[in-house]
Amino acid sequence: MYQVEEKISAEKQEMRAVFAKVIDEMAKEDDRVIYMDCDLMNSIGMAKYWKEHPDKAVNCGIQEANMIGAAAGMSATGLIPFTHTFGTFATRRVMDQVYVSAAYAGLNVKIIGSDPGITATLNGGTHMPLEDIGMMRCIPEVTIVEPTDCTMLADILRKAKDTYGVFYIRLSRKKADKIYKDGSEFEIGKAAKIREGKDVTIFATGICVSEALKAAELLEKEGIQAAVSNMFTIKPIDKETVIQAAKETGAIVTAENHNIINGLGSAVAEVLAENVCCPMERIGAKDRFGEVGDMEYLKKAMGMTAEDIASAVKRTIARKEG
Amino acid sequence: MNAKELNIFAAQIRRAALRAIKKVGAGHVGGSMSMAELMAVLYGDVMKIDPANPKMEDRDWLIVSKGHCGPAVYGALALKGYFDVEELDTVNRGGTRLPSHCDMKRTPGIDMSTGSLGQGMSTAIGAAWGSRYQKRDNYIYLVLGDGESEEGQVWEGALFAAQQKLDHLIAFIDFNKKQLDGFLTDICDLGDIRKKFEDFGWDAKEVDGHDVEALEKAIEDAKKVQGRPHMIVMNTIKGKDCTFAEDVLYNHHMSFNQEDYEAAIAALDEKIDRIKAGEV
Ligand SMILES: Cc1ncc(C[n+]2csc(CCOP(=O)(O)OP(=O)(O)O)c2C)c(N)n1
Repeated sequence: MYQVEEKISAEKQEMRAVFAKVIDEMAKEDDRVIYMDCDLMNSIGMAKYWKEHPDKAVNCGIQEANMIGAAAGMSATGLIPFTHTFGTFATRRVMDQVYVSAAYAGLNVKIIGSDPGITATLNGGTHMPLEDIGMMRCIPEVTIVEPTDCTMLADILRKAKDTYGVFYIRLSRKKADKIYKDGSEFEIGKAAKIREGKDVTIFATGICVSEALKAAELLEKEGIQAAVSNMFTIKPIDKETVIQAAKETGAIVTAENHNIINGLGSAVAEVLAENVCCPMERIGAKDRFGEVGDMEYLKKAMGMTAEDIASAVKRTIARKEG
Repeated sequence: MNAKELNIFAAQIRRAALRAIKKVGAGHVGGSMSMAELMAVLYGDVMKIDPANPKMEDRDWLIVSKGHCGPAVYGALALKGYFDVEELDTVNRGGTRLPSHCDMKRTPGIDMSTGSLGQGMSTAIGAAWGSRYQKRDNYIYLVLGDGESEEGQVWEGALFAAQQKLDHLIAFIDFNKKQLDGFLTDICDLGDIRKKFEDFGWDAKEVDGHDVEALEKAIEDAKKVQGRPHMIVMNTIKGKDCTFAEDVLYNHHMSFNQEDYEAAIAALDEKIDRIKAGEV
C-alpha cells in the first residue's frame, strides 16, 4: 500500500541516487542482475558501481542498438539485464532491436530511458523524448512505467526485476517532488489515487503529477473538486480505474510530459471511447518537437503548468452534458 | 590566414565557445576545446563560404556529427560574422537560435542538425552524394567524435562512402582519447582507427589536431586523392588550452564558475599575446 505525503515538497535526493542504490542492492541479492550502459554512467550516477563491480556492470560504449541486442542475448541465458541510456536513444535509436530481439523473442530486458520529455532541458530538442512512450506502446507485451518519486522508483525497480518481460522505465535523473511516504508500495498496472474529488479526474504521470496537485488546489479555490490519480503505468493501462473515474466524476483530463499523441492521453482516450461517454482533454506536448531551455521556460512553452491543467479542467467540465 | 593568424583564431574560438557556455554555467567543454584548431582552419582558410549568404549553393558544408560541441562551431560562426558575437550569450536559453546541439533550422551557418551520435556520418555522405549528383563544385567536411565512432552507423557509412567513391567527403575524427565516462581504452577501444578506415577503403591519415599547418596540409593532400573518401584522424587533447578542463579526467560536460571562467580567458589572452610575439 502507498501513502501520500500531506504536503508536497522537493525530495532531498536526486532520483539517480536512489536508482544507483537499488541497482546495487538488487545485484547483491540476485546474481542474475546485470547493469549495462552506453557511456552515460557518470550521468546516471553509476560510475562508482561500474568501478566496484566490473563483473556485473558493462559499459558498452556509444552503441545503443548493440547494447539492447546484447542484453536480449544475456537474458536468453537467464540473466536480468537492466540497460540505461537517455530515453531518446533507449527507444527510437533501438526500436527494431527492442522489437525483435527483446519483445518478439519473449525475453526479459529492463530498459531504462532517462531524462523524460522536457527534463532533458539544456540538452535540447534532440535529447527530449516526447515520443518514447508512444513508440514503446506499439510493441506488444512491453510494460511501460514512469516512477514519480524516489519511493516509487525503488519499489518499481524491484517489481520490474521480479516480473518477467520487457519493461520500459522512464526515469528522471533529477530531484522530483516527494509525493509518497517512505515504504509505500505500488501495484504495476494500477493507478495510485492521490487526491479525492467529485467534479473531474486528472490522470497524471511524472513531473505532471505535482503540477496536477497544484492545479487541484487552484481549482478548489474556485469551488471545483478535482481528483488526481497517478497513472504511473502507461501500459497496461488501468482500464477499470479510468472507466470508474469517468462514471464518478464525468470529466477527465490527462497530464503528461510527452506528446499528447500515443502517450497517457491517448491510452486513456482509447479506454473512454470504447467504454463510456465522457468529455476529456489532454495536457502535454501538442505534437511538436522539444527545444532547449530551463524547466520553467519549457513547462510554459509546452503548456504543462498547473495553470494549463486547471484551464483544461474548466473547459472539460463545461462540456459535461446537461 | 597564415599559421600565426590561424593559431590566434583558434584561441579566439576557444574564448568565444567558453563565453557561449558560460551564460548557463555548464556545457560540453572538453570536446569543444579539442576541435578549436580544426574550426580555425576550416572557417579561417579552407572552406568556400559566405557568411552573408549561408545557404550559397556551391558552398562547402560542415557537418559536426558530435553535435554537442555546438559552442565551438558557434564561436567560429560568430567570429566570421554569421551573427553577432553578443548572441553567444543566449546559448541554451529559452527561445535561442543557439541550442547546445547543432540545429540547421535555427542557426545561420549550421548545415545539418545533429545530436544523436553517429548520424552525421550518414547525412554527410548523403550531402556529398547529392552535391556530386548535382555537379556542385564543393566539399563536405565532417567531424566525428572518437567515442561517437563506436556507433555501428559510423561503420555502415564507412563501407557505403567507399563503395560510392565519395572523394569530396573529407572527414575528421577528433581523437581526444576520451568519451563521457572516461578513456576509450577502458570502455570500447577503437584500436588503430586510421588503419581501420584504410581497410574500409578510405584515404586515411593521422595528424596532430592542434597543428594548424599539419591540418591544412592534410586537407590539401586529401583533395589530391581521387575515388576515395578521406579520413583525417586528429590526435587531440580533450579540454585543450582551457585552464579548468585540460587536466581534469572527466572533462566532457562541466560546470564552472566566474572565477574558473576568468582564469581560462586570461590564459587564452596570454596565449594570443605570445602567438603575436612569435613565442608560440
Ligand atoms: C546516440 C547517442 N548516444 C549517446 C549520446 C550522449 N552523449 C553525448 S556526447 C557523448 C560522448 C561523446 O564522446 P566523443 O564522441 O568522444 O566526443 P568528444 O570527446 O569529442 O566530446 C555521449 C555519450 C548521444 N548524444 N547520442
